[in-house]
Amino acid sequence: MARGLSLVAGGAVSAQSRPAASDRLPSGLGERWLLPAPPSPTLAELFATHPRDGGWAGFLLAQITTDKPLLWVQDRMAILESGRIHPPGLPCPELIHVEARDAKDALWAMEEGVRCAALSAVIGELWGDPKVLDFTATRRLAVAAERSGTPCWLVRLGGHPNLSGARMRWRIGSAPSLVNSLDLRAPGTPAWDAELFRARGLPPGRWTIAHDSDRFHLVPGDRDRALGEGQRRSA
Amino acid sequence: MLTVEGTHGPIIHAVTRAAGERGARADARLTDARALDPALVAEPADPDGDAALVQRFAHWAGRWSPLVEVDGDGLRLDVAGVAHLFGGEDGLVRDIERRFARIGFTVRVAIAPTAAAAWALARFSPTAVMPDNFALLPVHALRLDPDTVRTLERLGLKTIGALLDLPRLALARRFRGGEDVVDALDRVVGRKPEPLTAAPTDPPPRALLKLEEPATHPEAPVQALERLMPGLVHQLQERQLGARRLSLSGYRVDGSVAVASVATAIPSREPKHLARLLADKAAELNPEFGFDAFALTADWAESLASAQDSLVEEPSGEREMARLIDRLTVKLGPRAVRRPREEESHLPERASGWVAAIGSSLQAHPSTSSSGSLPQPEAREELSRPPRLLDRPEAIAVIYATPEGLPRRFVWRRAVHDITRAEGPERIAPEWWRQPSTSRLRDYYRVEDADGRRYWIYREGLAGDGRGGAPNWFIHGLFG
Repeated sequence: MARGLSLVAGGAVSAQSRPAASDRLPSGLGERWLLPAPPSPTLAELFATHPRDGGWAGFLLAQITTDKPLLWVQDRMAILESGRIHPPGLPCPELIHVEARDAKDALWAMEEGVRCAALSAVIGELWGDPKVLDFTATRRLAVAAERSGTPCWLVRLGGHPNLSGARMRWRIGSAPSLVNSLDLRAPGTPAWDAELFRARGLPPGRWTIAHDSDRFHLVPGDRDRALGEGQRRSA
Repeated sequence: MLTVEGTHGPIIHAVTRAAGERGARADARLTDARALDPALVAEPADPDGDAALVQRFAHWAGRWSPLVEVDGDGLRLDVAGVAHLFGGEDGLVRDIERRFARIGFTVRVAIAPTAAAAWALARFSPTAVMPDNFALLPVHALRLDPDTVRTLERLGLKTIGALLDLPRLALARRFRGGEDVVDALDRVVGRKPEPLTAAPTDPPPRALLKLEEPATHPEAPVQALERLMPGLVHQLQERQLGARRLSLSGYRVDGSVAVASVATAIPSREPKHLARLLADKAAELNPEFGFDAFALTADWAESLASAQDSLVEEPSGEREMARLIDRLTVKLGPRAVRRPREEESHLPERASGWVAAIGSSLQAHPSTSSSGSLPQPEAREELSRPPRLLDRPEAIAVIYATPEGLPRRFVWRRAVHDITRAEGPERIAPEWWRQPSTSRLRDYYRVEDADGRRYWIYREGLAGDGRGGAPNWFIHGLFG
């Protein structure tokens, strides 16, 4: 899988965001587009819109670097419900997988990993809304990630957004893939509906994006929606 | 009095002192002894239990010396350079006797320059340390077989001294064959070395802590660990070693040993890291009646050149990784912390095996590892595999236009997915050399439902392939 994403079209900054901020976000078709990202590595929380939707994985994998090993933590329920990671399908050659008994062990393993600067990223999948996953736990992860410079992705499957210390909170679902020019009946380049519903220092927004070989781009929405509709509304 | 079953009825195995006074002797028949005194009480012996007990004591004896060997019904300890820790040889003997006495055992201890002499002293001499009149010990003490001993006694050679006075050549000529008297003599006087078979050539680095009073509080092992670690690390440093496996043994007063051990991914002699790994396990050691000694041993050590730690804090990636793996593995177990390993298989679930992260090095980058070996099919990269696989493919109900055609709709976990786009099939044949002959081929399809979710589903078998009824459908993976 090639990395880098680009908005293909149909991006829209949500109506609540300030117009000044939305000006910075381009929405042109196929335009080179940088995903809103914090200036330094930190903790991002990713909610799968549906637990049986693996779309978030593509979105996430497109954003991590793979020059260093990756730590991937899954709790047992996540493995049962949405499968175990399959290395041949992942872009990273070096990987350590942790199968945690429960959310407590998973969070502990993530925190150990986040403190280790030799990792390219730590990805932790938790199922549902475990009790141990509270503001303190996420805040600890965020602080540890910022201190060591190891980005951390907390993936919530079938969970609900509660109070969290994550600096960016995404809601990711699959979107119909782009047209496959070689075979019209076959799925094409994957695309996602990405909603940034909370971020520190960045305007929230919602985009339909796909990834190209080296960048994200906006994709035209399959629904009947004019380009830049969001901006017009917010203006 | 203990007995074992012999060819002609029970044979006496061991006797108490009281029974010995009444005429019972080891190796005599029970009936003969009963004839002398019908009141003798006989119990069946338990040789296996005895052996297990001796084995346990061998572990326990590690408190005195790292080199312990079980020798029949006794223990041999190499105490060279150890005795001064216990106040000389006499002190060592007294300490051993006292500790065994405290748990209700009488031991006969002897220290001698050779193992054979110590054996002889322990069994045939009243003194523990090599006496001057060693030559007066009976020839029994040479550990020869009974026939040879009888021959020697008939010849009037009753003591070791008498044998030593004879010319070697004559002795060697008279006793040829398996039981070599000259050989036995040489072993006693040290002309022929008799090393401990259990002796490792290089004793592992080890730090020992003895307590004045048995410690029964649960924090004792952790505190002992903290005090022992600098000593062990110092030894490792001197021998340029790094520990791969560490164990903390707590010697209890009742003669049992509790052990906590951890392994590391790369050799290490970082006191903080090692202590942190072992602390949790050490805290779980149960003192029961109390520990009175602790030993911290690097059971497995690999060479680790001394490295100058850089002046600025500059963590090396590999070391950091290894430490992370150590910590994760110690807490979660080696089965939970794993690393992928490529396998030679086309079946998706077999194509990627998992190995415990500890004890396997980081996989080399595929592009470098496959350069010299068999041409790795480049197409494999192109075959799109999902990033997630279900551990066990789940059966789904599929509606399709024609049995061999593309699927139209499927039901997975009671949710209906309308397939808008599909690609396939990619046919994967069963591995006939590994699977039963009735296993069916699989046709994999990449499908996308109306919401854009992408799945990897397969049809097992073909209609009319003679390996079961209608083909079944399964979902195997989720695409990102």
